[in-house]
Amino acid sequence: MELVQMQKSLQDYTKSLFLDNLKVEESVLGVIQKLEFMGVLDSQFLQLQQLQDESNPHFVSQVVTLFFQDSDRILNDLSLSLDQQVVDFKKVYPHVHQLKGSSSSIGAQRVKNACVVFRSFCEQQNVEGCHRCLQQVKKEYYLVKNRLETLFKLEQQIVASGGMIPAMELGF
Amino acid sequence: MARDGGVSCLRSSEMMRVGIGGMESQPLDLDEVHVLAVDDSLVDRIVIERLLRITSCKVTAVDSGWRALEFLGLDNEKASAELDESSSFRQVPVVIMSSENVLTRIDRCLEEGAEDFLLKPVKLADVKRLRSYLTRDVKLSNANKRKLPEDSVPVNTSLPPPPSPFTISPDSSDSSPPMTISPESSDSSPPLSPLEISSSPLSTPIDDEDDDVLTSSPAPEESPARRQKMRSPLD
Repeated sequence: MELVQMQKSLQDYTKSLFLDNLKVEESVLGVIQKLEFMGVLDSQFLQLQQLQDESNPHFVSQVVTLFFQDSDRILNDLSLSLDQQVVDFKKVYPHVHQLKGSSSSIGAQRVKNACVVFRSFCEQQNVEGCHRCLQQVKKEYYLVKNRLETLFKLEQQIVASGGMIPAMELGF
Repeated sequence: MARDGGVSCLRSSEMMRVGIGGMESQPLDLDEVHVLAVDDSLVDRIVIERLLRITSCKVTAVDSGWRALEFLGLDNEKASAELDESSSFRQVPVVIMSSENVLTRIDRCLEEGAEDFLLKPVKLADVKRLRSYLTRDVKLSNANKRKLPEDSVPVNTSLPPPPSPFTISPDSSDSSPPMTISPESSDSSPPLSPLEISSSPLSTPIDDEDDDVLTSSPAPEESPARRQKMRSPLD
């Protein structure tokens, strides 16, 4: 594929991460969550990109990789905690809170929002609700992980072809 | 479940004078700010560290209040005993970082002596703003401090707070949380900027947010209002 085409592809793909109109409906004990017309990323991701420069050319992918490692661990712990006979919400809550924080820090909007719902079910000590929230969070997490990995691959391809990553043009 | 996080800033010269461990000797550059960042989240630590470095701060990032005390050489009984009497660490500004946009908590942080409050996720503009008043070489004088007016920026607007003089009341010392050193009204401003560390003082049963902390080297006397980012929280 030509360099120009790759760059255009990357731009279109990146834009789609912010303007994705995937509809996800989740009904949790009467509460309908619609993560509708909401991008997988928000402007905080753009903030991270501002922190990347020649002195730190891989900053974004480094932070995101840390986020993935951190999140994999947290989701694993959450699964274990929620599978216990008696769920210890004192363990569950801080994990959800931490995931909410880190997803917020990198701009993983839908993961963050799913964590917000999750957290309120923790506060209510609602096991069923928490289970469903965990599934939702996982879904959102794997989605953004997949999208970001694709984004980084596209960027790598461009760099490998000797090209430059085109600047983002979004009206944030 | 209380979590702390925070960033504290000392000028290089002050760090050396109070014998902070781990610092290589540097020329006395009054514009250089050394920030001690405290946050239990690795991702947030990396991000705040980069944000601060990009705004020309020297940064040390630690993952807990205990490590912060350790770094400052305040982790032993003798040091903390001396702390009450000495004003060495007193006047270094503390800035709280939290994901919770709750006005009463923010007010409480400010009343307890925090210089500023940043809402997470922290943005480059927030740190730049912080940086701009950290380099002002104005001595801190507790006697001139007064409380933030009650009718300031409401919680749910997305407007930045209007600049207005903001100071810390000197008489909020009676309810200090264990790790906070409240600014007592002192007779004179010491030439050295003392350090303030504040762990999350406002934990309630569920509300165990990581009130992360920023402390920075001398804040100006007349500082702009420190209410920050009162956008409508999604949470």
